[in-house]
Amino acid sequence: MIFDYAWLILLFPALGLLFNAFFGRRVGHKVAAIVANLAVALSFLMAVALAMGLSALPGDESSVEVLLWPWIHIAGFQVDMALLIDPLSSVMILVVTGIGLLIHIYSATYMKVDDEHQPMDERRYARFFVYMNLFILMMLTLVLANNYVMLYLGWEGVGLASYLLIGFWFYKPSAADAAKKAFLVNRVGDFGMALAIMWMFFLFGKEAGSLSFDAVFAALETASPAVVAALTGVTLLLLLAATGKSAQIPLFVWLPDAMEGPSPVSALIHAATMVTAGVYMLARSHPLLELAPATMTLIAWIGGLTALMAASIAIVQTDLKRILAYSTISQLGYMFLGVGVGAYVASVFHLYTHAFFKALLFLAAGSVMHALHGELNIDLMGGLRKKLPVTYAQFLIGALALAGFPLLSGYWSKDAILLGAFVTSYPLYAIGLFTALLTAFYSLRAVYRAFHGQPRDEHLYDHAHEQPRGMTWPLWALAFGAVFAGLLGLPAIFGKEFGFPVGNLIEGWLKPTFEGLSEPHVAFSTEMALFISSGFVALIGIYLAYARYVKQSGWTLSLQKALSPLQPALENKYWVDEIYFAVIVNPLRALARFFATGAEGVIDGVVNGVGAVTTAAGVGIARLQTGLLSWYALSLFLGVVLLLIYFVFA
Amino acid sequence: MDFTSLPLLSLILWLPLVGALLLMFLFSERSIKVAALLISLADFALSLGLLAGWRSTGAMQFEEFMPWITQLNINYHLGVDGISLFLVLLTTLMGPIVVLFSWNNIQENLRAFLILLLVQQTAMLGVFMALDLILFFLFWEMSIIPMYFLIGKWGSGRRVYAATKFLLYTLAGSAFMLIAIIALYVVTGSFDWVDLRGATLTPALEFLAFWAFAIAFAVKVPLFPLHTWLPDAHVQAPTAGSVILAGILLKMGTYGFLRFSLPLFPQAAVTYAPWLAGVAIIGILYGALTALVQKDVKSLVAYSSIAHLGFVMLGIVTFTSQGLSGAVLQNINHGLSTGALFLLVGMLYDRRHTRMLADYGGLWKQAPLFSAIFVLVAMSSVGLPGLNGFVGEFTILVGAFRVNMIWAALGTLGIIFAAWYLLTAARGLLFGPLDEKNKDLPDLNRREFWLLVPILILFFIIGLFPNLFFDKINPSVEALMRDVGQAAIVRVVD
Repeated sequence: MIFDYAWLILLFPALGLLFNAFFGRRVGHKVAAIVANLAVALSFLMAVALAMGLSALPGDESSVEVLLWPWIHIAGFQVDMALLIDPLSSVMILVVTGIGLLIHIYSATYMKVDDEHQPMDERRYARFFVYMNLFILMMLTLVLANNYVMLYLGWEGVGLASYLLIGFWFYKPSAADAAKKAFLVNRVGDFGMALAIMWMFFLFGKEAGSLSFDAVFAALETASPAVVAALTGVTLLLLLAATGKSAQIPLFVWLPDAMEGPSPVSALIHAATMVTAGVYMLARSHPLLELAPATMTLIAWIGGLTALMAASIAIVQTDLKRILAYSTISQLGYMFLGVGVGAYVASVFHLYTHAFFKALLFLAAGSVMHALHGELNIDLMGGLRKKLPVTYAQFLIGALALAGFPLLSGYWSKDAILLGAFVTSYPLYAIGLFTALLTAFYSLRAVYRAFHGQPRDEHLYDHAHEQPRGMTWPLWALAFGAVFAGLLGLPAIFGKEFGFPVGNLIEGWLKPTFEGLSEPHVAFSTEMALFISSGFVALIGIYLAYARYVKQSGWTLSLQKALSPLQPALENKYWVDEIYFAVIVNPLRALARFFATGAEGVIDGVVNGVGAVTTAAGVGIARLQTGLLSWYALSLFLGVVLLLIYFVFA
Repeated sequence: MDFTSLPLLSLILWLPLVGALLLMFLFSERSIKVAALLISLADFALSLGLLAGWRSTGAMQFEEFMPWITQLNINYHLGVDGISLFLVLLTTLMGPIVVLFSWNNIQENLRAFLILLLVQQTAMLGVFMALDLILFFLFWEMSIIPMYFLIGKWGSGRRVYAATKFLLYTLAGSAFMLIAIIALYVVTGSFDWVDLRGATLTPALEFLAFWAFAIAFAVKVPLFPLHTWLPDAHVQAPTAGSVILAGILLKMGTYGFLRFSLPLFPQAAVTYAPWLAGVAIIGILYGALTALVQKDVKSLVAYSSIAHLGFVMLGIVTFTSQGLSGAVLQNINHGLSTGALFLLVGMLYDRRHTRMLADYGGLWKQAPLFSAIFVLVAMSSVGLPGLNGFVGEFTILVGAFRVNMIWAALGTLGIIFAAWYLLTAARGLLFGPLDEKNKDLPDLNRREFWLLVPILILFFIIGLFPNLFFDKINPSVEALMRDVGQAAIVRVVD
C-alpha cells in the first residue's frame, strides 16, 4: 500500500535540509540547489501518489491514518506522531509541494544574487535552501497531522521557517525587526492554539486522549450541553490562532512587514501556503465550529471586514510587494468569510486558486525587482512592458485572475464564496462584492503604474533587463494554473443546466471531509445573476483603474479629490501598529522596566532587610551573654518569678 | 551484566570526590585537565549503567543501605527512582561539559577550580540520591561551599557580594529545614525517607514542617520573592559556575518539593498548592518581563531561569500525572537549554569580555555556527514543538488546565513573553549590521562545538521521543500521586 510509505513525503525535505545544513556550503551552488529541489520534487511525486491512492478508495473510506510513532504519553494523555491522509489534506499537500516545487526552481536562479545585487556566497545560498526545505517539512507536518498537538508542531515550525526567512537579509535592521515581529505576533495567536488544545483535553480527555481529529469529533456526538457550550470558548481560541497565522484582524500586522523576506519567500510562505494554514485549520475543525454558531458568525465578519480593510489599504500603497501583501490579507479574508458562512469547499477552492495567481504575482514582482536592481516603488516605474514583455504578460495574467476577471481562476472561486455569503447574510455579501471592486481596481492600478505609460525614472528604465530563463518557465506554469485552475470547481449547477460532462470536481473530491454539510446552493437564475454581477463589478474596477491611470480622465481625478479625506487613514494603515504599540507593547515594556529597576531593588532590600534584622537581633541577644554569673542569676530569678505569676493567674 | 550487584550509586557518587583528591597529586596543567575530564567522563559512563539496569517500576532502585550512626538511627541510604534518575544523569553529563568549557579560560589556579567542580558534583549527586534526611542535609549544605568559592574567587564584578548573598540565602533557608528534620526525628524516631513516607504526623507538625522545608526549597528554586540572590550569583559566577547553578543546583529545590514536601506532608502540600501555584505564576511572568529589559545577556538568561523554574513549580502543584511528569522532565529541559545558553554567552564573553547586548550585533555574518546554534537553543528555550522545552512546558500546562483554567492561561502567557525576550536577545546578538569591534570575532572552535553537541542532540531526542523519558518517569509519578492520595482533587480521572 502506498500509504505505508506516506512518511517518505516528510523524509525527503528532512534529508534535503540536513544535507544542505551540513554540506551545503562546501558543494557549490549547483549541488545545493539540485538537492533542495529534488527533495521537494520527490515529495511532490509522493503527494501525487497519495492522492491517487486515495482516489482509488471508495468514497466513504477515503481517510487513512498512518501511525509514525507514539509521541507524548502520560496517563490519559496519549498523543502520537501520526498522519491523516484524506481529501482535504491531499489537496493541501498537492498545493504545498506543487507550488513549492515551482518556487524552489525559480529560487535556484533568483537567489544567485543577494539583496544588494552582489553574487551570493555558497554559505548563504545553502542556508536559504535549508530554510525552504524546513518550511516544506513543517508545512507538510501541519497539514498531514492527525491530531491537534502535531498540527501545533507544524504550526510553530512554519513560524520558525518564516522567522528565519523574513530575517534572511539579517544585516538589514528592517528585516530583522520584521522577523521578530512576525514570530511574536504569531505567538500571540499560538497562545490561543495552545490553550484550545488544553481545553479540548480537559473536555474530551477521557474519550479522546489522543486529541486526534477523529477522536475529538467522535466525542462530540455524546457531548453534554455544558461541553457544547464550552466549545464556543475553544473555537474562539482556535480563531485567535488562525487570525495570527492567516493575518486577519486583529493580528494581521506582521504580514506587510514580512515582505522584507526575499520574493520567493513571500510567494511561497506569505501568499500561497503558510498563511492559508489558519483557513485549513478552521476547515479541519468544522465539526467544532458547527456547534459554535457564534464563532462562525464572528469568523465570517472578521473575514469580511479584513478583506475590505486590507483592500482599501492596498489602493494607496506604492511598494509593489506591499500591494500584494495587503491583497493577500484581503484574499485570506474572503477565505475566512467562506468558512464563516459554512462554504468550506468554496474556501478551500479559493485557497487553491489563490495559491497559483498570488505566487505568480509575487514571483513576477520578484522579476521586476531583479530587473530594477531591487526597486519596488511603482511611482518610479512606468512603461516597463516594453522592456519586460514576458514579466508583463505574467503579471497581467496574475492581476486579472486576482481581479476576478470573468472565467479566470479567481473569478470562479471568489464567486463561490460570495454565493455562500449571499445565502447567509446580505451585508456580508455587499461587503464582499464591494471588496471585489476594490480588488480589481488596485490589481490593475499596479499593472498600469508599473508597466504602462512613460518611464518615470529613466535610469532605472534603461538598466532594466528581462528575467533569466531559469525563472521564466515556473512562472508560465503558475500562469497556466492562474488561468485554468478554476475549471476544477465549476459550479455543479452548470453541469445540470448546460449538460457539462463533469460537475464541480473539487466539491466531489472534498465531499468525504465535509460529510453531511451541504454547500450553499440557490436557484439557477439567482446563481447566474450573482455570476454576472460579480463579473460586472470586476470589469468596473478594471475600467476605473484604466480611466484613472491610463486615460487619466478628469472625473477620476475629481473622484479622488472627493475621497481624499480618507487618504491619511489608508496611508497610515488605520494606525493599527501605532495603536498596538501604545496600548500593549509600550505599557508592557514600562511594566518590565518597573520590575527590573524598581521592584527588584525593593524586594532585594526587604529580603536582605529581614536578614539584617535577624543579624541585629542576634547581636543584641549575644550581648545578654555577658559572662557575669550575677547577671545570669538575676535572669533566672526573673524568669521563675514570671512563670509563677503566669501559673498563679492563669 | 548484573548491575544490581555493584554498589553503582556509591561509585557514581564518590568517584568525583576521589578524583578531586587525585588531582592534588598532579602537577602539570595538562595532566590536571585531562584527569578531571577523564574522571567526569568515567562518572558519566557509570551513570549510564543506571539506564542499562533500569527496571520499569515506580519504586526506588539501586538502593544501598548501611547503618552509619546507629545511636541516632542515621543510615547511609541511597536510591534513585524515575524522579531522580534523569537529574543524576544530567549532573554527570554536565560534568565533562563544564570541564571542557573551562579548558583554556581559567587563568589562575586551574587545579583548585577543577577540584571544586568535582566536589560540587559529588555534593549534588548526593542530594539526588540520599534517602536519609541527615545524609540529604549534609549533601545539601556541602553543595553550597564549592559554589561559594567558585563565584567568590573566579567570578567577575561584585563576585564576593554575590557569593556571600548566595551562601547566606541558602543557609538561612536550610536552617529551617534542619529544625524540621530534627522535629520529625523526635516524633517518629527515624530520619529515613521510606519510614517517614508512611508516617502519620499531627496536622500542626505537618504544616510547620512543610513550611520549614518549603522555605529551604523555595530559596533554591528560587520562588518569587526569594529569588534576588540568583541574578547576582548567575551574573557574577564564571560560566562553568552559572551552568552548574542554573543547570543543576536550582533543581535541588524543585526536586526537594517532589521528593520530600509532597510525599511527607501531603495534606499541607495540597492545602497550600494554590499559594505555591500563585508564586510560581508570578515567577513565570515577573521573571520573563524582567528578562525582557536586561541589557546584560547573562542577566537576561538568569531571569529567564526564574520564569522557567516557575513552570516546573506550577507543574508540581497541579498534582496531576501530566503536570508532575512534565515538571520532572522540564527540570532536565531547563538544565539543558539554559545550560547551553550560559555556555554560548560564556563563549562570547571569552572573546570580547563584555556581556552587553549593545556591544554585539550582526554575528550571523561573522560567526554563523554560533548564530545557528544560538537560534536552536533559543527555540528550545521558548518551547518550540519538536524540541525538548515544548514537551515539558506543554504537559505542565495541560495538567494545570485540568486544575484551573486561569493558571494555564497565565502560564501560556509566559510562553509569549519567553519568545519576546529571547528573540530580543537574538535580534541584539545576531541580526543587524556587524559592529566594527566584532569584525575579527572568531566563530566557535572545535572544542566549543563538540561540547555543545550532546546537548543539541538531546533537544531533539527529548522533543521527538519523550516517551523514552516518560516511560521511566511516569511510574514514579504515579507512585507519588498515590502517596499524596489526592488524585481526587483532579477533575478528570486518568
